[in-house]
Amino acid sequence: MERKIRVLVAKPGLDGHDRGAKVIARALRDAGMEVVYTGLRQTPEQIVSASIQEDVDVIAMSILSGAHNHLFPRVMELLKEKGIDDVLVMGGGVIPEDDIPGLKAAGIAAVFTPGSPTTDIIEFIKNNLKRRD
Amino acid sequence: MRAIARLISLIEREDPSRLAALKALHAFGGKAHVVGITGPPGAGKSTLTDKIIGVLRRRGRRVAVLAVDPSSPFTGGAILGDRIRMQRHATDEGVYIRSLATRGHLGGLSRAAGEAVRVLDAAGYDDIIVETVGVGQSEVDIVRIADTVVLVSVPGLGDDIQAIKAGVMEIGDVFCVNKADKDGAERVVREIRVMLETAVFNGAATRFSPLYAARAALDPQRPTHPADDPGLHSGMDAGQGSSHHMRAQLPGHPNFEIPAVVSTVAETGQGMEALVNEIKTHEAALVATGFLRSRREANLAWELGRGAAERVLASLERAERKETLAELACAVLDKKMDYHDALDTLERALTRS
Repeated sequence: MERKIRVLVAKPGLDGHDRGAKVIARALRDAGMEVVYTGLRQTPEQIVSASIQEDVDVIAMSILSGAHNHLFPRVMELLKEKGIDDVLVMGGGVIPEDDIPGLKAAGIAAVFTPGSPTTDIIEFIKNNLKRRD
Repeated sequence: MRAIARLISLIEREDPSRLAALKALHAFGGKAHVVGITGPPGAGKSTLTDKIIGVLRRRGRRVAVLAVDPSSPFTGGAILGDRIRMQRHATDEGVYIRSLATRGHLGGLSRAAGEAVRVLDAAGYDDIIVETVGVGQSEVDIVRIADTVVLVSVPGLGDDIQAIKAGVMEIGDVFCVNKADKDGAERVVREIRVMLETAVFNGAATRFSPLYAARAALDPQRPTHPADDPGLHSGMDAGQGSSHHMRAQLPGHPNFEIPAVVSTVAETGQGMEALVNEIKTHEAALVATGFLRSRREANLAWELGRGAAERVLASLERAERKETLAELACAVLDKKMDYHDALDTLERALTRS
């Protein structure tokens, strides 16, 4: 059977706005992906644990609260602790340009800021999956 | 946990490499209690599942959940959102939660669900909860997998409650009226009881009567009529958290028991202990009467039959037979051959090889 791309969409941290995350979830679904939506106020621990249980290929996180410099690298750290290096991790939300290089250095594969076309995000996922098994 | 997750993915895409792992696992398990949660969309199945996990964890049991959501028939994509309600258990080592998309399978489950249940059972989970997609009238696959089916209803569906009665309402082992703090909950409880009692009155074949009759035979002291049982109230009140063993009242009838109808407010946790108690009481009845074994036997036989049918279909669709299929279709269409003769011809072709 055809390989389905599974994506975990999560909102780490305390901001209560998930409209953007839902728009992304819907766009990925319409692109034929299976999207596990975990909802608001997720800790990095919950996100990593859920991504293992759900065996996802991609973790897509959205943050609007400004806590991205702490939360995104923390997710990468936990994944590393668990020995997981084949999941594509992406970030999005209100993230200043200046912060992006640091996040990428921490292992976030791409950061999509407001206004990014959903087609770009879909293409990025399709071209950058780490797992091909 | 990671190995389990990976294996379920292999099962989902029917990867041949899953077979060796499944073979290695097959000798393990058989001890888990498989509980199905089914009901219409928006009835609160995920919230109930979340609360059931909580109760079972407090009782020291390890819990696995398979939560099924529909795939889009057009794009093949899916939003798997059941997990939102259960994320508080995400970091609990004693809980495994996996979302499954139906991937075109009808019947309320995904094709992978059966094998995934066997994997989780072999992995040693004590309880496996299978949450179906929101069902309408005929998505009854859950009875082929679950030992105990919890049928969730809610007030406010109006005539829809009538509509589902004819189909999925017959598969419940335990009935749950969720959102019992909403107007009309008592009426729903009453309607379900009347439906069940009427089935008993009519001597209809039900899923529950043979089980209750067998249990009563094991324990003649056990009251099977409300008049004999001072512990049970025979009123029509739908007090939240209480369970209702209403029994049909027909003198001379061998057994009047009907399944429990439990009122819950999953959001606040009201009635959850009672619901889990009824689920476990049902399991105990299955075990004591030997029905657990016979139910699983029947289900496996059904699954084997379905698997065999799929293999036959696959073999019919291989090139040389596909030709035969096309020829036979033409013959029937051109009135050269009767439809059933064509089927017989196919069957002979299959058994020859």
